[in-house]
Amino acid sequence: MLGYTITQWTFGILSFLAIMFALMVVFSRNPVNSVLYLVLTFFCIAGHYLLLNAQFLAVVHIAVYAGAIMVLFLFVIMLMNLNQDTEPQKTALSKLIAGVIGGLLLIVLVGALKGTEQLQLTQYGHSDIGLVKNLGTVLFREYLFPFEIVSILLLSALVGAIMIGKKEIK
Amino acid sequence: MLIEFIIYKSIICVAIFALSLGIAAYSTWWERKFAGLLQDRWGPSRAGKWGLLQPLADGGKMLFKEEIIPSVSNKVLFVLAPGLFIVTAIIAGVLIPWAKPVMIGDSIYPIQIADVNVGVIFLLSVGSVGVYGIMIGGWASNNKYSLLSAIRSSAQMISYELAMGISLIALIITAGGTLSFAEIVAAQDAGFANVVWQPLGFLIFFVCALAETNRAPFDLAECETELIGGYHTEYSAFKLGLFLFAEYINMFVSSAVMAGFYFGGYNFPFANELYTALGLQEGHWLISLIGFGAYFTKTLIFISVFMWIRWTIPRFRYDQLMNLGWKTLLPLSLLNLLITVIVEYFRGNINF
Repeated sequence: MLGYTITQWTFGILSFLAIMFALMVVFSRNPVNSVLYLVLTFFCIAGHYLLLNAQFLAVVHIAVYAGAIMVLFLFVIMLMNLNQDTEPQKTALSKLIAGVIGGLLLIVLVGALKGTEQLQLTQYGHSDIGLVKNLGTVLFREYLFPFEIVSILLLSALVGAIMIGKKEIK
Repeated sequence: MLIEFIIYKSIICVAIFALSLGIAAYSTWWERKFAGLLQDRWGPSRAGKWGLLQPLADGGKMLFKEEIIPSVSNKVLFVLAPGLFIVTAIIAGVLIPWAKPVMIGDSIYPIQIADVNVGVIFLLSVGSVGVYGIMIGGWASNNKYSLLSAIRSSAQMISYELAMGISLIALIITAGGTLSFAEIVAAQDAGFANVVWQPLGFLIFFVCALAETNRAPFDLAECETELIGGYHTEYSAFKLGLFLFAEYINMFVSSAVMAGFYFGGYNFPFANELYTALGLQEGHWLISLIGFGAYFTKTLIFISVFMWIRWTIPRFRYDQLMNLGWKTLLPLSLLNLLITVIVEYFRGNINF
């Protein structure tokens, strides 16, 4: 089909959808709609992981981001009862400043990506590295120490969140 | 070859889809019959023999009722929510290996839609995405009762997913470190079913499955005395039907998952001896048929247990529900994991 393989077509469509949904997150007026578009964006990114043969990462991405974190987001936003009447309106000056800063960031990003077409990509490792058996072996044999450090980091974040959530500290 | 593959997959998809819907429809009939049995009355008895046409009558009623969409609701999401809920309910069914693979000629045909190699995590993630149907439906109705119910049910699902996930980790260790549903079932071919090694794990999983499917005694999301109808208060006609239907599909799928994970799926005691006595070769269609019968019977038994519990145990209070999830099931599942690792280490199945 037009000289592209099915994989390239899938990649193209998924990328288009991911960018479109990401834009919709920013542009939709209703925060609940924003959250739902963000969930769709996560699904598109999980599709990209599948194309890279990383099933484990794809499924965990959906379980953690779409299934847990975004549910909590939705939870909080639904409770806050936001609507257009209570939305704080920005002044013209702050809109202008935001536009200029965003435009500058865009120029920097485009400039940084300009030279990448000449880059020769070399493939690291083998294509099965994303399968759960290989991933587990690498994680628990070669990178055990960083893995444990990350778990301690998460534990401290957990304890911190509980401490903040408590009404009174005894 | 590709055409053959597509035809085979289409047949199996349609068959399992029809099976899920048929079982869901007749679960409603069986639930009423069972309730009648437990409460010493007849249950449905007018439509057809033993009320067997009752599900069709109910479906017809749902189709022809007046459909009301509240004018203050978010219409797109209001219509989307029931569809989303039933789709996520059906998706989980693709993983279930219903029988041993059939051999026709030289090709092997597994009786399973997709053997995902991260099946267990896939199952958990589908379960966690399933809550969106309830949340969106409850919020889009623009009704305080619906919103409260949506929030209750999402909090409940998140809380019980943790204990469920950890009890599944213990199961995976027992099953030999595979995440594929088909391999977990196949590993119980010889020896005992997983429930023998994982009695506590099974109990935790069972309670969590009750909570995840929003069944009594965990059906706080549709607690009539406090929340009218819960998240589907504003729904009418077939959209309400889809919500109720999806609950039964969820129940069917989670019963099949429990039967496969913990009770051997299509395996049963002395199965191989029976096949040898009948003189059946590996891959014969009769083996698959008998295996399917065994799996299906176990699933139906679990569905009946779900109903038995519903008509026996009163509903929990919300704080009791949260305490049970976080302070009882979560520590118990961690303890179960610890015991499993120690036992498996001494059985020689884990080496560091």
